[in-house]
Amino acid sequence: MIFAAALLAILVTMGLALVRALLGPTVYDRILAVNMFGTKTVLLIAVLGFFTGRPEFLDIALVYALINFIGTIAVLKFLRYGDLGKASGKESEI
Amino acid sequence: MALVLELISWALLLAGSAFAVIGGIGMLRLPDLYTRMHGASVTDTMGAGLILIGLMLQAGLGLITVKLILILVFILFTSPVASHALAKAARGSGLEPELKGGEKPSKT
Repeated sequence: MIFAAALLAILVTMGLALVRALLGPTVYDRILAVNMFGTKTVLLIAVLGFFTGRPEFLDIALVYALINFIGTIAVLKFLRYGDLGKASGKESEI
Repeated sequence: MALVLELISWALLLAGSAFAVIGGIGMLRLPDLYTRMHGASVTDTMGAGLILIGLMLQAGLGLITVKLILILVFILFTSPVASHALAKAARGSGLEPELKGGEKPSKT
């Protein structure tokens, strides 16, 4: 079954990203690893839907892709300003 | 015809899985943040792209393919933006890329 092979590869990749997130010397390495983990989760949900014969799971994958992006940007903004509510003025370049 | 589509889809899924694992290994083994971003972007473009296109060939024309295309478009739009913000934030916080021979990176 080809979907099982793809699932296995994606799970291995998620494991590698998780190791990097735990090891990561700087906080940015951890953010990068978690972002990649989220992207792999989207793929995992999509392939899992086909694996179990229920492609309706794709809606969840769609939402997860958006939440993953917003989460990454929010964490980066929080790191930079220490405050999520700060309006981005002239000096902000993120 | 159906068999040909099935075989192409299998090949794409396998290639995407291989790219995902290669990117994961790069994520773990490359020396600093800016090179690790290269490994992560390999899984985001080639890995996700090939796997999702392989799933599209499995699904055929219909709503499922539209959803898969939407997921692919979202990933292709958001992944570079997140990478850019991450690199900008890391560079702004004083994290310098490793250069060959220990020379200093030029300030921009």
